[in-house]
Amino acid sequence: MSDYFHSVTLDYDKCKGCTNCIKHCPVEAIRVHEGKAKIIQERCIDCGECIRACPNHAKVAVTDSLDKFSHFKYKIALPAPSFFGQFSDEINIEDILGAFLRIGFDDVYEVALAAEIVTHIVHQYLADRKYKKPLFSSACPAVLRLMQIKFPDLLNQVVPVMAPIDVAAYCAKEEAMKKTGLPYEEIGAFFISPCPAKATVVKHPLTDRISPVDGVIGVSLIYKDILKHITKDKAKEKTGPSLHKARSVGMAWGYVTGESKSVDFGTGLAVSGIHNVISLLEEIERGELKDVDFMELQACIGGCVGGPLNIQNLFVGRVKLRQMVKKYSSTTPYFQNNQLQELYEGGQFELTEPIQPRPIMVLDKDMSKALIKMERLDEITKDLPGLDCGACGSPSCHALAEDIVRGFAFDTDCVIKLRGKIKILAEELLDLAQKLPSSMSDDPAKKVSPP
Amino acid sequence: MSEMNETENIHKPRLTMHFKVEEEDFIIAGEAASKTKKALQQLGLKQEIVKNIAIIVYEAAMNIVIHANYGEVQVIIVPAYVTVIAQDKGGGIPDVDLAMQEGYSTAPIEAQEMGFGAGMGLPNMKKCSDIMHIETQVGVGTTLKATIYLHQSDAKQVETGAMYV
Ligand SMILES: Nc1ncnc2c1ncn2[C@@H]1O[C@H](COP(=O)(O)OP(=O)(O)OP(=O)(O)O)[C@@H](O)[C@H]1O
Ligand SMILES: [Mg+2]
Repeated sequence: MSDYFHSVTLDYDKCKGCTNCIKHCPVEAIRVHEGKAKIIQERCIDCGECIRACPNHAKVAVTDSLDKFSHFKYKIALPAPSFFGQFSDEINIEDILGAFLRIGFDDVYEVALAAEIVTHIVHQYLADRKYKKPLFSSACPAVLRLMQIKFPDLLNQVVPVMAPIDVAAYCAKEEAMKKTGLPYEEIGAFFISPCPAKATVVKHPLTDRISPVDGVIGVSLIYKDILKHITKDKAKEKTGPSLHKARSVGMAWGYVTGESKSVDFGTGLAVSGIHNVISLLEEIERGELKDVDFMELQACIGGCVGGPLNIQNLFVGRVKLRQMVKKYSSTTPYFQNNQLQELYEGGQFELTEPIQPRPIMVLDKDMSKALIKMERLDEITKDLPGLDCGACGSPSCHALAEDIVRGFAFDTDCVIKLRGKIKILAEELLDLAQKLPSSMSDDPAKKVSPP
Repeated sequence: MSEMNETENIHKPRLTMHFKVEEEDFIIAGEAASKTKKALQQLGLKQEIVKNIAIIVYEAAMNIVIHANYGEVQVIIVPAYVTVIAQDKGGGIPDVDLAMQEGYSTAPIEAQEMGFGAGMGLPNMKKCSDIMHIETQVGVGTTLKATIYLHQSDAKQVETGAMYV
């Protein structure tokens, strides 16, 4: 496996080399060179903005295929809370979950159920511990990746609790081990994901801990299959305990505000959209909002329902999910409060390993050399037209200057600079042409006969 | 800047960033702080230092916007230290010691309504810098200079008075 795996990749044939994506990337991780977009691997945070921006659908999120199944004796599907917003509200959650069993999974465990555990742990953490405010949610991996490269200083304010997806995988596997007697390794947990960033963190975890999730399957990949296997035929329905256990507290994690409202401690704030998250984090880094207790930050507008791998339009999905959340708000919860408290006190879902910064923006390891490069960067930027047209393949004139200093580009990549140079060249050519020796000139007037 | 104790290599190479601050421009302070932060990160400075300098730039620019209307903030970076110089042609500060006290503020009501004017800007800047110095004259203007050393050993020397800028 290469140093950087990314779920978000380019479909080379579909890319027309337009520059829509480079402008939307919040971390300036895309360049267009030789007519094709290129993602700078170490910068990409898998937020999926480019997937949304690409008019040619050339940006795709690679997730695992169902072939990965064969490695495991017992396979469990872990559908994301937002998954249920992808269906018409006439369909019961129980039937959707049943469809997973019909397409070959041995069991299904709702991530929303794990979100209930996380909700309790985070709430207790906020209530019991002393911490620097605000504390950030650890649920959105694209936001955490963003913090690693742009806001390393804020990483120690991430609540040290696992994301629901990991908690779900641990819980599901533990239950399965009890039920089947199989060892841990033979049980596979597959996240049904709206999100490319999740696919990336499973392969490259944010901390040293290996992810308990064995595979990530994009919602778009499995959706049709699930739809086909939803049966409304009551007679065919599997009897036994119901598969659907999650309640509104966890289900609401599928859209922005759900998490912070569920955690329900002190002052909460929910922000979605990676560009909004960046401007908020800049304020916080300067010391704003010190009195907010908990912040839910989501890279996708609208939260996970807005994930690039979902099928439904974000707002349609959100409405449907909200209706479901409402429907299950009065049902008795699956977990007793003392069970949840035990899980909090047990500490097994605490994030013990810190999330490390990844300072990849540095121009040079040697500060003096970096300073010299930056001086040059400044000069080049001043010399560029400042139109930020993107025609050079870099997102802005400043980014092009940076690329030149780093040795990835030339100033003639700028069409306006190039035009200027051609103009000078043309003038010089003309000049030269006029200096042709008279013996070679075809202008008879110039053919001055010797006296 | 003093010419004492200077050796070629600590003062070169040198990078200066300029930010013009205009009246009522409440956005510029945030922008200047972001740009400074990005540059310092690209230079590979420690997070703690980057954060402190960004705070100084922000507060200095904000003070010009709120209390002086017009001026300029400069960030000078050399391998040994970073100096922020904020200059304005505002009304000046009649009593610097008083202004340095936490909670002292003469911010106009509009600024207070926007959430400024806690009187914490100057004290915070002082905390974030190794040396801070204010030169001011009523009716003429104010120049604030804050320096942050980039190496622990230099910062220590400041405390013992062995080195100054
Ligand atoms: N550039 C300046 N010109 C004139 N007066 C200033 C200037 N900077 C600060 N002051 C004076 O010093 C006082 C204290 O400044 P300080 O930055 O500590 O607090 P503040 O700006 O009032 O509030 P805060 O920074 O917390 O929003 C100001 O209220 C103002 O009277
Ligand atoms: Mg102030």
